[in-house]
Amino acid sequence: MVPVEHILYLAALLLTAGLAIVIVKRNAIMVLLGIELMLNASNLNLIAFNRLQPDKIDGQMFSLFVIVVAVCEAAVGLAIVLRVYKMYQTSVPDEVTELKD
Amino acid sequence: MSLTSIMFYFFALVAALSAISMVFVKNVFYGALLLIVCLLSVAGIYVLAFAEFVAVVQILIYAGGILVVIIFGIMLTSRIAGKPLLVQHANKFLGLLVSGVMFVLLVYLFSQQSFTHTSLPPQPEKQIGKIGVGLITDFVLPFEIAGVLLLAALIGASVLASTMKSNRE
Repeated sequence: MVPVEHILYLAALLLTAGLAIVIVKRNAIMVLLGIELMLNASNLNLIAFNRLQPDKIDGQMFSLFVIVVAVCEAAVGLAIVLRVYKMYQTSVPDEVTELKD
Repeated sequence: MSLTSIMFYFFALVAALSAISMVFVKNVFYGALLLIVCLLSVAGIYVLAFAEFVAVVQILIYAGGILVVIIFGIMLTSRIAGKPLLVQHANKFLGLLVSGVMFVLLVYLFSQQSFTHTSLPPQPEKQIGKIGVGLITDFVLPFEIAGVLLLAALIGASVLASTMKSNRE
C-alpha cells in the first residue's frame, strides 16, 4: 500500500506547479489552467485523507463539490476572457490597463 | 512492491511530469493537452485510493467538459487563425522562486508529520450507494447550493459571452 505522505507530496508538487503557472504565464487562459491544477491538488489531498477513514465518505463528498466549483469558475472565467478579448483584442491580462491610466 | 504501488508511482510520475512541463511550455494548446494528461492520471490515482465515483466524475467533467470549453476559448482568442497561440513568460525568476520555496516548505512539513497508517481494511463494497444516499441526507444543503451555483454560472457565462446588440455598446 502506498503511504499517504507520497500522495501528499504529489499534491504539493501539483499545487506549486499551478502557482508557478499563475505567476509566470502572461495569458489569461493559461492562468485559468493553473487554477484548475491547484484545485485538483486540493482534491488529491481530500481523497488521500479520506482513505485513512474507510467508513466515512466526507472527503469524497467535499471533492465532488470542489469539482462543481471548479467547473463554474472555468465557465465564467472563459466567458470573461472572451469578453475582454472582444473589447481589447488581447488576452494578456497585463495589457488591460484602462483603470490604471 | 505490489501492483497497486507500481501503478500509483506510474500515474504520479505522469502527473508530475506533465504538470512541470506545463510551466515551461509556450503553446497554450499544448498546455491544455498537458493539463488533460495530468488530470486523467490524477483520476487514476483516485481509483487506486478507493474513490471510484470521484474518478469517473473527474474524467467525465474534465475530459468531456472543460477541455472542450478551453479549446474553444483558445481558438476564439488567437489573433490569426491557423497560427498557434503562444504565451510570453514574465516574472520567471520570482515565480519559480516562490513556488520552489513553497514546495520545499510543504514537503518539509509533510515529512515532519506522521499520519496514522495502520494496515487499512479493504473499502466497503457499496461506496457509490453510500455517496448517493449521502447526497440526499447528510449533504443535501451543499447539494442544493451547488445546483443553484451551477445555474447562476450557466446564466452568467451565457450572458457574458453572448453578443447581443444591447451589450455591444
